[in-house]
Amino acid sequence: MNTLTVSPTPHARGKDSTQDIMLDVILALMPAAFAGVYFFGQRALAVMLVSVASAVLFELLYELVAKRKITVGDYSAVVTGMLLAFTLPSSTPYPMVIIGDFVAIVITKQLFGGLGQNFMNPALIGRAFLLAAFPSQITTWPTGRMDLFSSADAVTAATPLSTEYEGALPSLFEQFTGRMSDGSAIGGCIGETCAAALLLGGIYLLIRRVISWHIPAAYIVSLALISFIPGKNPAYQGQPLLAVLSGGVMLGAIFMATDYTTSPTTKTGKLIYGVGCGVITGVIRLFGSYPEGVTYAILLMNVLTPLLDRWTMPKAFGEVKEK
Amino acid sequence: MPKLTFRGGVHPKDQKEPTRYKSIRELEVPEVLVFPLSQHIGAPAKPLVKKGDRVLKGMKIADNEAYVSAPVHSSVSGEVIAVEPRPVPSGQEVMSIVVKNDFAEEYDPNVQPLDYTSLSPDDIPAVVREAGVVGMGGATFPTHVKLSPPPGKTIDTVIVNGAECEPYLTSDHRVMLETPDEVILGLKIILYRFGIDNGHIAIEDNKPDAIDLLSGLCAKEKGLKVDVLKKKYPQGGEKQLIYAVTRRKVPLGGLPADVGVVVVNVDTCTAIARRFMYGTPLTRRIVTVAGGCIADPCNYRVRIGTPVDFILEKAGGFTEEPKKIVMGGPMMGPPQFRLDVPIIKGTSAILCLTEKEAEVPEEGPCLRCGKCVDHCPMNLMPLYLADFARRGDIDSCEKYKITACIECGCCSYTCPAKRQLVQSIRVGKQETMAQIKKRQEAAKA
Repeated sequence: MNTLTVSPTPHARGKDSTQDIMLDVILALMPAAFAGVYFFGQRALAVMLVSVASAVLFELLYELVAKRKITVGDYSAVVTGMLLAFTLPSSTPYPMVIIGDFVAIVITKQLFGGLGQNFMNPALIGRAFLLAAFPSQITTWPTGRMDLFSSADAVTAATPLSTEYEGALPSLFEQFTGRMSDGSAIGGCIGETCAAALLLGGIYLLIRRVISWHIPAAYIVSLALISFIPGKNPAYQGQPLLAVLSGGVMLGAIFMATDYTTSPTTKTGKLIYGVGCGVITGVIRLFGSYPEGVTYAILLMNVLTPLLDRWTMPKAFGEVKEK
Repeated sequence: MPKLTFRGGVHPKDQKEPTRYKSIRELEVPEVLVFPLSQHIGAPAKPLVKKGDRVLKGMKIADNEAYVSAPVHSSVSGEVIAVEPRPVPSGQEVMSIVVKNDFAEEYDPNVQPLDYTSLSPDDIPAVVREAGVVGMGGATFPTHVKLSPPPGKTIDTVIVNGAECEPYLTSDHRVMLETPDEVILGLKIILYRFGIDNGHIAIEDNKPDAIDLLSGLCAKEKGLKVDVLKKKYPQGGEKQLIYAVTRRKVPLGGLPADVGVVVVNVDTCTAIARRFMYGTPLTRRIVTVAGGCIADPCNYRVRIGTPVDFILEKAGGFTEEPKKIVMGGPMMGPPQFRLDVPIIKGTSAILCLTEKEAEVPEEGPCLRCGKCVDHCPMNLMPLYLADFARRGDIDSCEKYKITACIECGCCSYTCPAKRQLVQSIRVGKQETMAQIKKRQEAAKA
């Protein structure tokens, strides 16, 4: 019997794997993906497929070139590809989508060591890069369905958050569903306009314990409170629900800010991080020149994550304060 | 009644069904037994016999005058055929006394019952020590040391640890069901030693039959009580158990006595009881023989010193060739690479795992998901500790309190990337303790 396995304890392991977690996130993104296709048509689907395919391909190519272990089987690149697509308007030209995925996967994730090593959210860096490089294409939002190759003929609108927005603000219900009463869509990125679908996905992640409530709740509550401060957009003042349902807040709070790698691991750290995201989003919306602040708020808090973990190190069980 | 518990921990699959309803069986006694001289924490015992000597059942064959140590007794009568280093379950080789059984079962004349009430409470620890009693939950800390807290520490609570939170194990469960009187007597002796009447028997809620039986018996005694614990691993960890039962936290680096508590394992309790009831020292224990490869899993009453291969041969054979053999529970038990090791005082189980049960998952990169932080019963941050340990950053290990780790393995269990967190931490912890010791010695000099 010289074939006995000798390995470190514990000999029993939990069922959850990295793959399972990523699959859960992908599943949780599905309602918002369907909503995106429903509101913005085939082209939204095409943007998502192009983004996922190029994210996976870039990961594979990089790992082949760098002679690293091939890890596309963990589905993390699929999640990044989907999330990046969610933050883009359905009219985004395909080459830009591919560039965004390159920045997300190769520059933000792989060059820093791959899964678990990047210090900023890859999808958000991809989006931030595109926003800086192609500001007009990334801030033109169709309000209806588009076919695969039409990119110009759709009716576009500014986001209601913008100071350039004309007309009445969407009602709470319209903002919640992403559908205006006239049948058009609220202008916005593919995956962000239907708060209902995002919440559904969020509830699923909470039930599956993929995420905890700390970050989304802290984010949403702090932003809601900030909405009472007067700023550049008076129509939003004192409208906490509208503030948290509009723009990319739900997508950001539920799916982006909760990214494991770039958020704190302690409960206190998560709360501080969530509040930080909410405050920065609010301040950008109130005083910044961008209509929206979710991307930069989360990226800034990403950078603080290692410090938050260190500052909020829990007291060990039985630890007494040193006198 | 709300169930008692602690923060953190995990819920591994119980796996206790195959053995929990079966009575303890008596295992045959082998022809040759091996008694390692270090079956406890502390100074190894020194042999009192030499090759060729005749030994009797229950005879003390090794001891050490050191305080933190425990004597070793022969579990059979026969002849000493060797005093030499032999492999033990921890993977090391330890000086051992090898005895050839003459099957005469001749008792040592010193094996005589004793009425504990005829003794002064302060004499109890010495009797317990003479009987070689150590913690049988696996830690094997000499019990007489627990029964003699340092001056200034007052014990007001005694807890019998019947949590048995490791999967597969049912030996404590069966002991509580089959010899509850011994459990109660052992507890009463410990309470008598401290002159108190606050004794708890803490049992996880997956053992309702034991809870009912002992609750009924405790009701007839003064100051005894059964506490129902929520089933969760590592509820049987000393600090977690004390917290669940008393809401007291053992200070970091401290002992249960610091919060006025003594914890003893169920079978330790019966070992104390049997010393007084029958005069027998600790020469047998209950061992769960289970795992996917065991055709007829069951608990056995085994003489200490019985080799594992003998037990497996007598226990009814395999359904398939085991891929991994573990001594103790699957969460903390050391895996074995040879089967000529003997059962020692702390061996609660022999698990023979199938290829599927023994599978070692491939490690992936840490996602920083924080599940290890959520589940750590000591409130540590295992992902950082393991990382510091792997990089040899001992200063950071110390700062992040690696020495508080109880090595329960919840972090590795819960890690979705299947990282060997507790293993890295174990190594880092040893290095950190060595560094602290060095510094303390330097400060003294």
